[in-house]
Amino acid sequence: MRTSFVFSEVVTGLRRNVTMTIAMILTTAISLGLLGGGLLVVRMVDKMQANYAGKLEVSVLLTNDVSANDKDCTQQPCAGLRSQLDQTSGVKTVVFQNRDEGFERFKRIFEAQPELLKLARPEAIPATFRVSLEDSDRTDVIKQAFEGKPGVKGVDDQGKFLERFFEGLNGLRDVALILALIQAFAALLLISNTIQVSAFTRRVEVGIMRLVGATRWYTQLPFLIEAVVAGIIGAVSAVAGLVLFKAFFLDRITRNLTESGIIPPIGYLDILLVSPWLFLVAIVISATTGYVTLRLYVRL
Amino acid sequence: MIRLEHVSKVYKTSTRPALDDVSVEMEKGEFVFLIGPSGSGKSTFLRLLLREEVPTRGRVYVSNFDVAKMSRRRVPRLRQSIGCVFQDFRLLPTKTVAENVAFALEVIGKPRNTIVKVVPEVLQLVGLDGKEDRFPTELSGGEQQRVAIARAFVNRPLVLIADEPTGNLDPDTSQDIMLLLERINRTGTTVIMATHDHGIVDSMRRRVVELSYGKVVRDDARGVYGVGR
Repeated sequence: MRTSFVFSEVVTGLRRNVTMTIAMILTTAISLGLLGGGLLVVRMVDKMQANYAGKLEVSVLLTNDVSANDKDCTQQPCAGLRSQLDQTSGVKTVVFQNRDEGFERFKRIFEAQPELLKLARPEAIPATFRVSLEDSDRTDVIKQAFEGKPGVKGVDDQGKFLERFFEGLNGLRDVALILALIQAFAALLLISNTIQVSAFTRRVEVGIMRLVGATRWYTQLPFLIEAVVAGIIGAVSAVAGLVLFKAFFLDRITRNLTESGIIPPIGYLDILLVSPWLFLVAIVISATTGYVTLRLYVRL
Repeated sequence: MIRLEHVSKVYKTSTRPALDDVSVEMEKGEFVFLIGPSGSGKSTFLRLLLREEVPTRGRVYVSNFDVAKMSRRRVPRLRQSIGCVFQDFRLLPTKTVAENVAFALEVIGKPRNTIVKVVPEVLQLVGLDGKEDRFPTELSGGEQQRVAIARAFVNRPLVLIADEPTGNLDPDTSQDIMLLLERINRTGTTVIMATHDHGIVDSMRRRVVELSYGKVVRDDARGVYGVGR
């Protein structure tokens, strides 16, 4: 097999259908970019779940009355609530955080958003028991036992909030993957179409090749490689797109959330780890589509 | 060398067979004219030799190949031992004369050093030395057909199939092409030529196989095109 010959055929083929080739590359790139985005969300959710595992707290928020008048939790009902919490089975630690401490913490989390801080008043922050559990799935016990008790304004379950957040992220992932699938279908049709056009424009060459006894591989390989090369260029563009998306968009809008540790940042390493999958998918899909097209639609 | 045994070919789209119980044998080094009106089965005959078609019945042998029975995988081997020339030349317009000839070797994986050696040789044989770097559009019809013959012959095939090679050429040029085919025939290559050209057949006095409605109606060792036509 003369590789130089095959590759010169590939280059000629790609150049000859340059508009189709570009369409094919762009569609592939967008499809793979969305797939990559979906995979990044998966990684992010995994990281978050690992981050928060065992660290989830239940916050027992105290009423305004208690928050304002009992800074050290020495009076009733605060002191009583604390001892009840301490005695509840499954509770690891109970930390009392009064209104001022709460406000300090709030200021720390949102220091990047001075507008928000300007609006915030300490009176809006209730004094809180931050309760960590041995089993973070068993937050309902606290909720049931303490909600509605005198001095308790409400019980806030971080787990519930996080669940909703994960649901949101998973929804985002699903949308990305569904769009990726639709685009992949479009890419598939384009690849198939491009090969058929390519085979048609080269029918004289291919006819001669068959006639002088070129093997099936020799006649078909250029078309197949053409599809795979376009797929690989698509994958490169998709990875580049993800890097640019991260650098110029994602980093900006999520800076506050990542700096305060609420969500883990998506790093270039994550993109690097996702990209082999994009290349693999690009190669497998373009090669399979190419092969099937040549088998079914092109008589070579 | 070439043997057809009771070969019939019926195309799906037609009720009348294109070839009807044809049995012919051609020896190595023979020069055979295949004549007959359009639709008589000449092209089907040639396509069967190349395994562009498989016979509906009967057997086809070319050299050591049992053409009708062989696996698809071996078809390239068969075709490498057969050269083909057509009425419409079928050259690649984007390649030069030398590149057109080299193409036939490149696509069957011949090494480069063989190609650079044999291409000039065959171009000299067909009388195109000095025109290696021309493009087909810069050549006359006769010259283009010479390129096509060079391409068909460059791999030294056992059989050269020519399907109306003079169909697009004037009589003088046709004569030159026939001289070239004769020269190739003298190297031991079997030449099978389908033609409508009375003059050529009559002047060459070679074997003539005439087909009519898919049957062999005449097989003369030193024939003419036909009496009273």
